[in-house]
Amino acid sequence: MTLTIILLGAAALIGIGLYGALSQQSFVMLMMGLELMLNGALLAIIGFWSLSLGGMPEGQLLAIIVMAVMAIEMAIGFALIVAVYRKRQADMTESIGTLKQ
Amino acid sequence: MTDLLVTLLAAFTVWTGWRVFRVDSMVRASFSLMLSFIAVGGIGVLLSAPYIGVATVFMMAVEMMVMAIFMVMFMMNPAGLNPMSMVHQHRFSIGAGVVAALGLGAAVLLSSPPSNPVLSDADVVAELGHELLGPSMLIFETAGVTLLATMVGAVILSSRQGRFGNADEGSRPPGLSPDGEPAGRKPDNGGEGHHHHGGHG
Repeated sequence: MTLTIILLGAAALIGIGLYGALSQQSFVMLMMGLELMLNGALLAIIGFWSLSLGGMPEGQLLAIIVMAVMAIEMAIGFALIVAVYRKRQADMTESIGTLKQ
Repeated sequence: MTDLLVTLLAAFTVWTGWRVFRVDSMVRASFSLMLSFIAVGGIGVLLSAPYIGVATVFMMAVEMMVMAIFMVMFMMNPAGLNPMSMVHQHRFSIGAGVVAALGLGAAVLLSSPPSNPVLSDADVVAELGHELLGPSMLIFETAGVTLLATMVGAVILSSRQGRFGNADEGSRPPGLSPDGEPAGRKPDNGGEGHHHHGGHG
């Protein structure tokens, strides 16, 4: 029962994060959507590890890898935002429409 | 008791996650996301993963502080006094989010994962340590090297210029059509792409 609740929460977080990543115009808000999806993944991993895997240590390892992915995503994401802003004075996805070409 | 707390924290993490895209200030959005992460860390602590839970709380507290600084740098609406809505393809995004959440929720409800909880006397932190520096050492070290590469890459990407000056000095971006105008921002009318005030009327 607890596992079902946790996994439903994780599903909702991933849905909200997908909505944010697709709908936000500002790069920074877009990254918050990505972080929210990773948050859902982390929640699901913790739930599975604790209630369904009997405490296999590999489950905790997977959670640590998700945290590393979050850190990498944020560092590289902000570096890219700064680089694009220097080049184009752009902080919205619409401002770099030439990438479509 | 644990079940109730976990349920409350799960509801709280979803609610704060939703608030991220509803509040009017990006700093508030950042702190809302931090609360969501802290609730997930709390669930980890409650579900006998103390190391993962506490590490999540610490890491996300610091990460969201950094994020708040970037928010202030790139924010179009600092105080949150005006309604803020900066969205595109809104209907499609809502649809995609709802479909993803409902699909995953249906998968959760229709599947029956095995019930195999952690033993209450298991020393999970020691097990994690032995796993990290034992069978999974290669994965752990790879993550470390990847983080180092991330640091180097972030510095290179965000630094103003390289050792020998600007890398693109005197270069012209290619045209969007053959023999067309160079793409990108024109150097003379700088600030052309500066559409800061798109969203709040």
